[in-house]
Amino acid sequence: MGIQKTFYEAMREHGVTRRSFLKFCSLTAAGLGLGPEFAGTIAHALETKPRTPVIWLHGLECTCCSESFIRSGHPLTSDVVLSMISLDYDDTLMAAAGHQAEEILEQTIEKYDGNFILACEGNPPLNEDGMYCFQGGKPYVEKLRRMASHCKAIIAWGSCASWGCVQAAHPNPTRAMPIHKVITDKPIIKVPGCPPIAEVMTGVITYMLTFDRFPELDRQGRPKMFYSQRNHDKCYRRAHFDAGQFVERFDDEGARKGYCLYKMGCKGPTTYNACSTIEWNEGLSWPVKSGHGCLGCSEDNFWDRGSFYSPETNLTVGGGIESTADKVGGILAGAAAIGVAAHAAASVISKVKNSDKGGASHD
Amino acid sequence: MNSNVASGLREAGGKRAEYVFEAPVRLWHWVHTFSFLTLAVTGYLIAHPLPSPIGEPSSHFLMGNIRMVHFISAYVFAVGFAVRIYWAFVGNKHSREIFMLPLWRGRWWRGLLHEVKYYLFLTPREDKRLGHNPLAQTAMFFFNTVMTFFMIITGFALYGQGLGLGSWADRMFGWIIPMLGDGEGTRNWHQLGMWVMLMFVIVHIYMAVRADMVGKRSSVSVIIGGWRMFRDDDS
Ligand code: HEM
Ligand code: SF4
Ligand code: SF4
Repeated sequence: MGIQKTFYEAMREHGVTRRSFLKFCSLTAAGLGLGPEFAGTIAHALETKPRTPVIWLHGLECTCCSESFIRSGHPLTSDVVLSMISLDYDDTLMAAAGHQAEEILEQTIEKYDGNFILACEGNPPLNEDGMYCFQGGKPYVEKLRRMASHCKAIIAWGSCASWGCVQAAHPNPTRAMPIHKVITDKPIIKVPGCPPIAEVMTGVITYMLTFDRFPELDRQGRPKMFYSQRNHDKCYRRAHFDAGQFVERFDDEGARKGYCLYKMGCKGPTTYNACSTIEWNEGLSWPVKSGHGCLGCSEDNFWDRGSFYSPETNLTVGGGIESTADKVGGILAGAAAIGVAAHAAASVISKVKNSDKGGASHD
Repeated sequence: MNSNVASGLREAGGKRAEYVFEAPVRLWHWVHTFSFLTLAVTGYLIAHPLPSPIGEPSSHFLMGNIRMVHFISAYVFAVGFAVRIYWAFVGNKHSREIFMLPLWRGRWWRGLLHEVKYYLFLTPREDKRLGHNPLAQTAMFFFNTVMTFFMIITGFALYGQGLGLGSWADRMFGWIIPMLGDGEGTRNWHQLGMWVMLMFVIVHIYMAVRADMVGKRSSVSVIIGGWRMFRDDDS
């Protein structure tokens, strides 16, 4: 294998100064919610550990995850993180193309078998043997399977790789599948969102490269440090929610006063993401702050739950019958009421008939 | 009726009577009813909030209070149900009726058929069992017992979202959320559960009142006093 460069050496080669490097370490420690003493730990790890290669694959996707990633809040972070990962393979960002590019994959397998991280943006379609996503003369799903079988761990970037997202929305004509349903024998971390927040992405990847393990995950495989709270839990309009003050129309008095957007279909109450804390575009804003509800983009099935502008969402996903709980329930309860009334009427009639016949009733 | 039941019989003015629902069962019935109604009203208001009160948010806590009442009655509902399950182990044989359908008994199936026919006006006579008739028992099992479980599991899973990941509610019930798709889906099924239980309430009240009026055994008073009276006792 030869002598491998450490992360630090790789960064220096990319023109990152020692000063920037140390700043990056303290920023990262703060960003991950670790104590200040961890800046030293991170620096030490990056100085001594051989660089872990990252292969970044693109399946069916819109590249919004990459777009978000390269706009990471602090310019320092994006520079440093990109220098950590850009050396290997990323169809969108790398200089190599064609056969040259595809060769990198084989070389990585040869040199770093079982030691590289596979970052997946987008997902593979399975219908027609995977023909709906074709790269380098092969269905994408084959490329994914081959790389996955040699990697150490997988990052599922965004809602596409984590849940399926729009291409997997009902009726999912290409049978697009989230990564965890195709690759079942490798550890996978999900970083959902459409796209995920830049700082969340860099935070996750830095943590993994530095500590050589996943951060703590929740039940569904998302890093707890960024996905353990709903947007609703930290929303600055939460006081209006609790007070019962809701926007009813986008142009009403409540909208001007910044009331809660629950009745406008805000999905904050069921959406696990860090938008209400980290916010977007270097902490500039997030949907609710600009007067629009959360769409729930980091949740499974968010395309299939119906209107983004109604609090009433679809009960079933992709079953064909798109109906809300209230509609189905109203019909059930209504049917019960009508049934009861009809049966009561029939009972009276039958009783009258029975007593005409001098029937059994003694009371 | 067989002899071990006969020991509970008493003669009352020519009418036979039987102690069916013990005090804890009757008490639970009403705790269950009123906590359910409170949950249904507050739950509906969570899904369809009231008009906004005027003023600064610091002087109001309308939605907060509605949710709080929902959660307090949820605890009453859940703890009541837990006590009721305990009573099924120590109570009389009728106390187990809503938890178990005796599917292995031919007599029960014949009774079920008889009840269906009776309610379709195909058979004139209602038989005179003491506890629930097989049809009522089936309805109660699916629409009350199972649904109560369902509402508690989905409700506390949603509650766990508010308490936070790793909270007791999340650890005990959080698994239901991915099973039902996602948080939004869980909320929807929780809401549909309310309608299903309301449907049961409508039919249940009708059946009970009707049985009192046209049947041959007391019905409404049983869940208040515990004794089942039989009129027209010629068997
Ligand atoms: C039969 C009993 C119950 C009924 C009829 C009921 C009804 C409802 C309804 C209609 C909603 C609104 C759903 C939506 O907005 O889509 C709701 C929400 C909720 N229910 Fe229940 N519920 C019941 C039992 C419970 C129990 C036992 C709990 C346990 C704590 C619970 C906890 C919740 C929570 C946490 C929410 C979400 C409220 C929020 O976060 O704003 N419910 N319920
Ligand atoms: S705007 Fe959305 S996230 Fe904020 S409090 Fe209202 S419902 Fe919750
Ligand atoms: S606010 Fe909601 S829809 Fe917008 S990015 Fe965050 S999770 Fe996605």
